[in-house]
Amino acid sequence: MTTTSPRTQRLIPKWNASYSVVAGFLILLILGFFSIIKLELMVNGLFLGAIIALGAISLSLIYGILNFAHLAQGDFMTLGAYIALFLLGTLLPRLGLEGAGLGPFTFGYPVFIALPLAILAMAAIAIGLDVTIYRRLRRRGVSKVLLAMTSLGLAIALRGAVQVIWGGDTYQYPRLSKEFYQLSMGIRIPPDNLFIGAMTIVLVVVLYLFLTRTRIGKAMRATSDNMDLARVSGINTENIIKWTWALSAGLAATAGVFLAIFQAQLLPIMGWRLLILLFASVILGGIGNLYGALVGALIIGVAAEVSTQWLNPAYKIVIAFVIMIAALLIRPKGIFGVKD
Amino acid sequence: MSLLKVSNIVAGYGETEILHGVSIAIEEGHVVTIIGPNGSGKSTLLKAIFGLIKPKKGQVLFQGKDITGLAPETVVRRGLCYVPQSSNIFPSLSINENLEMGAFIRTDDFRQRLEEMYLLFPDLAGRRKDRAGTLSGGQRQMLALARALMLDPALLLLDEPSAGLAPSMVGSVFEKILGINRSGVAILLVEQNAREALKLSSWGYVLASGRNQLEDRGENLLNNPDVARLYLGG
Ligand SMILES: Nc1ncnc2c1ncn2[C@@H]1O[C@H](COP(=O)(O)OP(=O)(O)O)[C@@H](O)[C@H]1O
Ligand SMILES: [Mg+2]
Repeated sequence: MTTTSPRTQRLIPKWNASYSVVAGFLILLILGFFSIIKLELMVNGLFLGAIIALGAISLSLIYGILNFAHLAQGDFMTLGAYIALFLLGTLLPRLGLEGAGLGPFTFGYPVFIALPLAILAMAAIAIGLDVTIYRRLRRRGVSKVLLAMTSLGLAIALRGAVQVIWGGDTYQYPRLSKEFYQLSMGIRIPPDNLFIGAMTIVLVVVLYLFLTRTRIGKAMRATSDNMDLARVSGINTENIIKWTWALSAGLAATAGVFLAIFQAQLLPIMGWRLLILLFASVILGGIGNLYGALVGALIIGVAAEVSTQWLNPAYKIVIAFVIMIAALLIRPKGIFGVKD
Repeated sequence: MSLLKVSNIVAGYGETEILHGVSIAIEEGHVVTIIGPNGSGKSTLLKAIFGLIKPKKGQVLFQGKDITGLAPETVVRRGLCYVPQSSNIFPSLSINENLEMGAFIRTDDFRQRLEEMYLLFPDLAGRRKDRAGTLSGGQRQMLALARALMLDPALLLLDEPSAGLAPSMVGSVFEKILGINRSGVAILLVEQNAREALKLSSWGYVLASGRNQLEDRGENLLNNPDVARLYLGG
């Protein structure tokens, strides 16, 4: 056929393999009711999954447009979290914006100033890095492997920068409350997690609407499908690439801030550690597929948390990989992989 | 003044030079066909005209203005559109979204043009929301044509629109091309179905090994025994 596409993945697929995933969660729930699995771990695993999902989607966006594995994405998360730390812990208090607790959450309203600013800062940093580093390499036509290696170097450099600026100690965002919601069946949920879950749902819906309803969003998907044809249609793909970096780094910064809230601590290595789970989610869901990344992340998040019932938390990553490999043996293109 | 005038184009990929000084011209409202053996550089010539590769030497004039080496996203704003030989649709976008991308640079309301395209290609009309990747080969070619027509260009560059299609589909693709031309669009056509293409064409070029080998009125090329033997299958 003359019109085969260079890509076999689509950014937004139809709702197809989702039934098996829903069934999987139902089975877990039933196991939970018979107390074989602690429901608390499952529920909080979903929240971890939400954070992983934001990171995994941000990774997929870059992969979809630029076609390489961006290994600095985890450190984008870290840097975003630390920028928010600077705002919440230093700058905003100095400006007198400290705020009392906001309902049951550990944080106050300054989060709603710090998070958007951290998102904007990371978007600007990512565009800056693209213009100074990645665009130059692109114009020389370097391979995907070299781009990925460059991003590995950038990951190490960013982590180094965080360590130089903030030191290696652990930090926390200012904490204003320590409540827990006590649900039935012994499930304790930190209220912060509900905020994280709700915000993730909002962001995913907004991203979906952006990609399917707006001119730029559609052009982004077109560029992901076929960059040459996008240019032939008059789309300035360099602008699309900037949009992609901004969106991706903004999501990564959000994931980083949420991770810092979820773990109640910041570490220079936090994003890098999570990166492996991001990749497991992306591969599990089907590379380059946003919906797959989302579902993959929820599965990996729940599995990682539930595993701590029996295993040392250090094995979370191993569990993620066992699940990923098992799923790939059954569906080599990932749960939502499609063959065109 | 020719609508498009390409003079002495030298172009290739990296260090490899494929076109060694090719010249062609097309007048407003005409159909001009380029034929030639596989690998002779026909697709490369269209890419060089549209800016997907930068010519090393030579000049491309469109409506008298120099467009040599401009980026494709700039070239398309001058009033010419291009349907590449392969990968000429966005498979993960819906059919409607493919057409919207065709109109990407339009800032006015293009809904009427959209409906005209669905009238011209009724096969697509019933499947507006379907992913373009699910279309058959012939339907994909129709969608590729429709995408390029969204801008109502003065000139359309078509790279082998009938390649790989079932014989029954080939006829209807040529019918559409003729119809498009009758509506006033000049067409620069690269074709393997040389006989069909030359029948529609006022002028034809034969390209061989990246050089102009022969040019003549379409019917003269059809009746030229050398051309017939070499390129028209006897
Ligand atoms: N993207 C590319 N990179 C390197 N060489 C190419 C590329 N595309 C085509 N070529 C080479 O350029 C020559 C001409 O190809 P092309 O213009 O596609 O020929 P035609 O369309 O006449 O069949 C061929 O030798 C082909 O191998
Ligand atoms: Mg060709």
